Amino acid sequence: MNRLLARRFAGNSCLVRVPWRSFCDAAAVNSGTAQAKHAEKQRLTSHSEEYDVAIVGGGMVGMAVACSLASMSLTKHLNVAIIDSNPALVNGITIKKEDPPDPRVSTVTPATISLFKEIGAWEYVQQHRHAYFDKMQVWDYTGLGYTRYNARDVSKEVLGCVVENKVLQSSLLSCIQNADIRKTVFPARLTSMNLNPSSIPTELNGTSSTSPWRGFARLELSDGTCIHAKLVQVGADGSKSNVRELSGFKTTGWNYAQNAIICTVEHTVENNCAWQRFLPSGPIAVLPIGENFSNIVWTMSPNESSELKSLTESDFIKSVNHALDYGYGPHPKSSSARDGDLSWFGAGLTSSAGEGFTVPPRVVRLASERMVFPLSLKHANSYVAKHVALVGDAAHTVHPLAGQGVNLGFGDAFALSRVIGEGIAVGSDIGEVSLLRRYEAERRPANIVMMAILDGFQKVYSIDFGPLNIVRAAAFNAANYFSPLKRNIISYASGEQRLPLFT
Amino acid sequence: MASKLLRRVLIVSDRSPRPSSRSLPGFTSSRLFSSSNSQPLPATASSPPPPPTTVDPPSSSSASKFGSKIRNDSVRSSIKDPELAKFSAIADTWWDSEGPFKPLHLMNPTRLAFIRSTLCRHFRKDTNSARPLEGLKIIDVGCGGGILSEPLARMGAVVTGIDAVDKNIKIARVHADLDPGTSNIEYSCTTAEKLVEEQRKFDAVIALEVIEHVANPAEFCKSLSALTTPGGATVISTINRSMRAYATAIVAAEYILHWLPKGTHQWSSFLTPEELALILKRASVSVKEMAGFVYNPLTGRWSLSDDISVNFIAFGTKDGQ
Ligand SMILES: Cc1cc2nc3c(=O)[nH]c(=O)nc-3n(C[C@H](O)[C@H](O)[C@H](O)COP(=O)(O)OP(=O)(O)OC[C@H]3O[C@@H](n4cnc5c(N)ncnc54)[C@H](O)[C@@H]3O)c2cc1C
Ligand SMILES: C[S@@+](CC[C@H](N)C(=O)[O-])C[C@H]1O[C@@H](n2cnc3c(N)ncnc32)[C@H](O)[C@@H]1O
Repeated sequence: MNRLLARRFAGNSCLVRVPWRSFCDAAAVNSGTAQAKHAEKQRLTSHSEEYDVAIVGGGMVGMAVACSLASMSLTKHLNVAIIDSNPALVNGITIKKEDPPDPRVSTVTPATISLFKEIGAWEYVQQHRHAYFDKMQVWDYTGLGYTRYNARDVSKEVLGCVVENKVLQSSLLSCIQNADIRKTVFPARLTSMNLNPSSIPTELNGTSSTSPWRGFARLELSDGTCIHAKLVQVGADGSKSNVRELSGFKTTGWNYAQNAIICTVEHTVENNCAWQRFLPSGPIAVLPIGENFSNIVWTMSPNESSELKSLTESDFIKSVNHALDYGYGPHPKSSSARDGDLSWFGAGLTSSAGEGFTVPPRVVRLASERMVFPLSLKHANSYVAKHVALVGDAAHTVHPLAGQGVNLGFGDAFALSRVIGEGIAVGSDIGEVSLLRRYEAERRPANIVMMAILDGFQKVYSIDFGPLNIVRAAAFNAANYFSPLKRNIISYASGEQRLPLFT
Repeated sequence: MASKLLRRVLIVSDRSPRPSSRSLPGFTSSRLFSSSNSQPLPATASSPPPPPTTVDPPSSSSASKFGSKIRNDSVRSSIKDPELAKFSAIADTWWDSEGPFKPLHLMNPTRLAFIRSTLCRHFRKDTNSARPLEGLKIIDVGCGGGILSEPLARMGAVVTGIDAVDKNIKIARVHADLDPGTSNIEYSCTTAEKLVEEQRKFDAVIALEVIEHVANPAEFCKSLSALTTPGGATVISTINRSMRAYATAIVAAEYILHWLPKGTHQWSSFLTPEELALILKRASVSVKEMAGFVYNPLTGRWSLSDDISVNFIAFGTKDGQ
């Protein structure tokens, strides 16, 4: 399988002028040192290459940029470099059907699903485990209220789909491997970057300081390779983005002094509902992930999280079941269902008033390790500069409440490639900042809205109002809380903001 | 919308007297049409209109300053030296998107969208292609620093850029060489008249924001037409001679926003869309499509519209095949 992938990659890359250089590393792993030596020699002698787009970070978002560029008629001619030391990019990702679900999952919204369909990646997702859900129940520990949502009520088939991150990643990888685009994978890390390498002829005196001369950005990689690109994207060098630091973007953000525990659990029955209960120290979410499995994201103080992580499996399961049932407070009365409006799922949901409160299916087994990570919120103060655009976690990191992180990143990926396409249509230089600003103008406000919602949610639910819990319950009446933002989110989520320039 | 506009344009040209251009010496916009637009000219724009047809006698110093290659008067008849001096003074700033040419940078995607769709339709090119202008020879007359020439080259056209200011051409050359996609542009410091003399022909002749700076717009249009192959296309954009254009293009852009150096434009030498269509018609170019540009200060973007009262762009085809 690995061999095959590597070879297929190499086959594709024949379109590129010095293509196999970057793949021989993968091949060398399999076929011995002679080739490896040859590869080394090649690298030393090879001159620097020019690319239209360099994607630094081949995570989910970076790969989505590549797939999206490959899928549009105006961008599929671009010569793309993907830089990531993750060997999966060359060797592929093996997903065994019998493996239990990975705890890292994403709740993809209907908007993301339709974007995946557009670029042809959804068919690969469907070959693996994924779980659509059509119901959602949100309640809190005070027993004052609960809200249920049903896709039927809004004449939708699903509210979302929970997919393991590795499935999303491998689907995008398959998609780009089969795409007809010139691409080269560099299995290395970005080490330095020069955004203005071209110097200005002295004959035109005085222009150097005032004129933003273009040219190409120069990238140096950990294996000594050097490439030039018109546009560098931090596809996803993730939340600790190197490109972001190297290009001097500032970020705003804070830590919540809260941690999230994530893990996979098993029930005795299939779960097809997303559950979220707000507890005194943070929310616990149970997302269906296919068969009898669910994914748990449980937010709490750092102390509590280390305690819970060190519990035995059976004690941990007890705590989970407790938290989802009578722990911390009573069940809400069935008559107290409220009108709710959970717009972050992009579906403009209203609650199903008729449906009674339900206790989630009991957890019987832990099916993965427990992973703990701190909650933080980080947002780049600007997304673009000459030759650079940030996408995904490099631009914004949100806590995983509602599993929105990567949807924002996918939104970025598709918006950026669309803007690139619009620029190409009118002959723009795709590294030009005035073009890239259009991407920023589209995505920054949308991401800020989403981050504000998640942050607000976080704030409201991480403070114990004591006797004033009724206040929280009022805030929990989500319709009040979200309505002004809803339109924004829906328009952003619909992803239908194409410029009808040439129709 | 375009066709409605066109009808208006055609009516105007039908009603107008059709003297042969020879019998109408001094066919400059300011002369022929200023009577119909009798608002008093604001003081700031009241520098006297240039004397009809007489070309400013090129002083030897200015001739060498603006292009020593162009000596012969007949091949520099469109040149208005004071205009060129203005551009020469700010030539360094062509590629500073926040500098004096900011409006051109901002407008560029919009006017290119117009050019792309009209040329694709006329020459039956594939609009889904990244290089739809492949196979077309295009000349950008008054190219300045190459703001328009470069995108045209990236869209696949074989581009020639000419400008009467030598400094502009030098800047354009250096800048185009930074990108392999634009380095094949042919730049030259010359005039349209000179190329007519050399019998050069192009599939499309484009002169954006130039005609308001030339000495004799009618003669200039004739030169553009002469450079266009029969059945080819001519595209011109300029500022309308309307009160709104005065307010936005001169007062706002030059005096309030300081986008443009004061004195960049002379209101009296602006053409109305009807006048432009008329002088093009006389030069055997039929205007087929026209659109306005409107600026949205909130988004900082320009868009195409049917409001041609300030900035407009016209696409015409050269008669005969
Ligand atoms: C523990 C954890 C759990 C999470 N759980 C959820 C969840 O349940 N739901 C959810 O929606 N989101 C979750 N998130 C967030 C989600 O994973 C991110 O939003 C998403 O992965 C962002 O994708 P990305 O492509 O922007 O970045 P990443 O996935 O971080 O990808 C970054 C890529 O860049 C590469 N890279 C880094 N530096 C360099 C360099 N210098 N040169 C070259 N390549 C480089 C890395 O190898 C990597 O492949 C979680 C995050 C973490 C850390
Ligand atoms: C406002 S600029 C427009 C530049 C360019 N066409 C654009 O739209 O981006 C006008 C340009 O026309 C040039 N120009 C003025 N008169 C000219 C003439 N008679 N022949 C050629 N170029 C001329 C000036 O030097 C200047 O560069």
